[in-house]
Amino acid sequence: MIRRYIADTPLIGLALLLAAYGVAMVYSAGQTDVATVATNAWRSQLVWIALGLTAAFVVSRASVRFVEWATVPVYILSLLLLVVTLAFGTGAGTAASVKGWLTIGGIRLGQPAELAKLTVVLMLARVLAGRREPVRSLLDLWKPALIVGIPWVLIMAQPDLGTGIAFIGIFFGMLYWSGVRLPLLLLIASPALSLVLAFSSWYWGAWFLLLLALVIWYRPYLIEGVVIVLANLATGVVAPLLWQTLAPYQRNRLLVFLDPSIDPRHTGWHVIQSQVAIGSGGWLGKGFTDGTQKRLAFLPAQHTDFIFSVVGEELGFVGVTVALSLFLALLVRSVFIAGRANDSFSSLVAFGLATGWLVHIIVNIGMTLNLMPITGIPLPFFSYGGSFMLASWLAIGLLLRISSEGRGGITRGSMRI
Amino acid sequence: MSFHPNDIARRARGATAAVAIVFGIFLSAFFRTQVLHNSQYVLRSEENRLSEVPIPAPRAVIYDKRGQIIAENVPGYSVSILSPSVDSLRASLARLARLVELDSGSIESVARRFMRAQNRPTVIFSDATFDLISVLEENRIDFPDLIIQSAPKRIYPDGPAVAAFVGYVGEITEEELAKPEYDSYKAGQQVGKSGLEGQYESVLRGQEGKRFVEVDARGRVVREAGARDELRPRQPPPLYTNIDLDLQRYVASMFGDSVQGGLLALDPRTGAVLALHSAPSFDPNRFIGGIRPDYWNQLRNDPRRPLYNKVLQGKYPPASTFKLATAITGMELGIVGLDSYMPVPCAGGYLYGNRYFRCWNRQGHGALPLSRAIAVSCNVYFYQLGLKLGLARLLAGGISLGFADRTGIDIPNEHRPTFPDAVEYYNRLYGPRGWSSAVVLNLAIGQGENQQTVASVARFYAALANGGHAVTPHIARSEPERVQIMSLTAAQAKGLRLAMSEVVTARGTAGSAAIEGVVLAGKTGTAQNSTDRLRDHAWFAGFAPAEDPRIVVAVMVEFGEHGYIAARMASRAISFYLKAETAEMANTDG
Repeated sequence: MIRRYIADTPLIGLALLLAAYGVAMVYSAGQTDVATVATNAWRSQLVWIALGLTAAFVVSRASVRFVEWATVPVYILSLLLLVVTLAFGTGAGTAASVKGWLTIGGIRLGQPAELAKLTVVLMLARVLAGRREPVRSLLDLWKPALIVGIPWVLIMAQPDLGTGIAFIGIFFGMLYWSGVRLPLLLLIASPALSLVLAFSSWYWGAWFLLLLALVIWYRPYLIEGVVIVLANLATGVVAPLLWQTLAPYQRNRLLVFLDPSIDPRHTGWHVIQSQVAIGSGGWLGKGFTDGTQKRLAFLPAQHTDFIFSVVGEELGFVGVTVALSLFLALLVRSVFIAGRANDSFSSLVAFGLATGWLVHIIVNIGMTLNLMPITGIPLPFFSYGGSFMLASWLAIGLLLRISSEGRGGITRGSMRI
Repeated sequence: MSFHPNDIARRARGATAAVAIVFGIFLSAFFRTQVLHNSQYVLRSEENRLSEVPIPAPRAVIYDKRGQIIAENVPGYSVSILSPSVDSLRASLARLARLVELDSGSIESVARRFMRAQNRPTVIFSDATFDLISVLEENRIDFPDLIIQSAPKRIYPDGPAVAAFVGYVGEITEEELAKPEYDSYKAGQQVGKSGLEGQYESVLRGQEGKRFVEVDARGRVVREAGARDELRPRQPPPLYTNIDLDLQRYVASMFGDSVQGGLLALDPRTGAVLALHSAPSFDPNRFIGGIRPDYWNQLRNDPRRPLYNKVLQGKYPPASTFKLATAITGMELGIVGLDSYMPVPCAGGYLYGNRYFRCWNRQGHGALPLSRAIAVSCNVYFYQLGLKLGLARLLAGGISLGFADRTGIDIPNEHRPTFPDAVEYYNRLYGPRGWSSAVVLNLAIGQGENQQTVASVARFYAALANGGHAVTPHIARSEPERVQIMSLTAAQAKGLRLAMSEVVTARGTAGSAAIEGVVLAGKTGTAQNSTDRLRDHAWFAGFAPAEDPRIVVAVMVEFGEHGYIAARMASRAISFYLKAETAEMANTDG
């Protein structure tokens, strides 16, 4: 049986278009009236893209079986790196207090959390694919939960809330793809929802009644039902106490998310200026490199976290629509690849990678319009930064391979049997 | 089982639908922000980008009656700073303090100015020297938040000679800003503080212009001009005054720096203020751009009180200048005529009750009619006239002649003279039994509870000169305001003028003040000085030419000791004025 590698042209095309669009925006982000660290960022970004393309090519040459075999070692390696980072890591730039960087001899090598996003997807896929039946009870969940939970705790300890959110998104996305029914997903997520809704007794009360109905209807094991209900009660009670333990800046971020105008000069500044930048872009924007909010330094972190605000300001609604369409196409294509993958491991990997991107897109772009609280999470292919760019291209490499080995790829590209 | 193609297809559809919903929400959110609310955000980004820099406007020029300049503007420089917050303002000022003189007190006042008007550039130096500007321009790169621009600077070419009426301008204070009449003012702006500058602030104040500069988030000026059209500042039309600047200068030089006192010269027909001077004076130019503390303390601690306007605020017993008021009150009531004698001839004093009231002439004047009593200023005559009138009528007469009121001159902070409103005044002051009817003797000769400003005495003499009309002194050109306060017959008025012209002859009290070729009429006064018993204040009030008065002058010389000192000064001023007037007429005729 000869298996020829067939490149998924739409996927490569979309990735290249996004990367080109992204590097152009990083270049523009550097065009300010007073030079900033972003001024020459586009050059490094080009180097990262080149490295990423190479990595994607290499990965796409490795068979899925090899990847599956390597999953456990790389997962353990990424955990070790996270531990080392937590012990010796350094901060950087706007997140100077966050220990996210692995530094040896003063040279910042990278952010292991970005690598962990990939290895967690692989490891989850391996475990979920190994099951004969989809997860039906909480008890079945202990293994997947542990796989995500260990790196999640290590990352939250840095602390990197954004990446933590990405892990949770990947976890739920992959459970969904493995066939877990939505009510069970909801029950699993319920304690977290309780936590969020606890700020209002009314909301929480209503949610709790809904939860009871759900438990009765879904009929999990009695002990599980009790555990879920108790967990919801506990988080509801604990939430106000937890609020007290948050650092003032963390509380501020959450309050400002609800109303940026309470602190327009400090915490609310980023969100307000980002909205002003996007809003003043109009249909066609102020022109490439001509955004005044960016140029005059009103826009914070314009080449990393708030790069999409530059898109909105300079290229307007049209530019935003083009970028969102490219992202949408990338995600749809990835789901398509997951759908026609040859085996459940490949399928879960493909879907997991797509979920990872989706969470990044939602959190990052949502933040620029204050639809999401501010968490330092990069936008795939756009935000300046080596580790995440590399991780994204590695994901492209994996998807290319899965696509090539999938049904469509083989039937179209080569003779079967 | 779960990876059966049908299951996969169903989940893929669900996932795709979820992703589509997310992107749909995003697109509508961006559409709402970028398209529907575009104008609102464009406005805010423009507000971010552009900072409005006010361009100070020149104040109106002030001219004298001949078009000579009393106050004008010269080019100066102002330095201000744009700051997003008070912390960054302090940081910039601290760096600036290493380069130029800027003490912590000034930094604090700049910070307060900033808090008052945060979106305007905050003024650091409203009147910067050229040297300072050069230093700042050399270091321009290090201070991108500084705005250096030319700003008109107020100047009074005659300085101390016009200080008494022109006033000065200064930065608006926080107390002033709190008042409703200063609603349209911003911290750091200049405002007229006293004199004409204060009185006519609304017409002298220029209309501020504005321009826009592009600034970044830290307040650094990125582009200076061309960001948006600028609005030119507008200078209001000039203020024309009645002041005769030549006379004003002459009067100021006459007082010099050694003679203390005040002089007011009016045109008795209109109330036009020809000259107003208070000595010693100060230099209003040194108040511009912030007065230096050493000069301020020097002025404040000077015992001769240069900041105190001796024409409008200084109050002195009018002394013998008031005798005309006593005489007119008597004549109006028909109690005396110009040829009436009093029962007791002057023998150097008058015994009333158990007290002996002296005349200034110890030898005595003998028996004399009213007209002579005026010429020689006989106290004994006026003691008896006062007694004949009685306190109530004398007070009523003084009040109707305007001695209890301000003149209403167009300068702020004129003081009201002290004059009893009625007999009850003495009861209130001393208690019902604390005083005797002897007060009327003192009052009749202008002593006692009677303190007048130079301005109020000048107005009374203007009425004597113009046939009985009190005129409101006006510095700025305006319609004359006249009120009839005397009802004398033409013969009585003429007789009074004749008696007053005798004052300035060898037979009067101020013979040495006579002017050749012009009949000067007036009255001397020697006011008892409460601060120095040996050195009385000298008064003279008079007008010329007596037959057709065109100028009335009231002079008060502190510690002048005798009225003729003041009379000589008045006489010199009058003769200067009339000569210049004659020469001018000759010129225009030729």
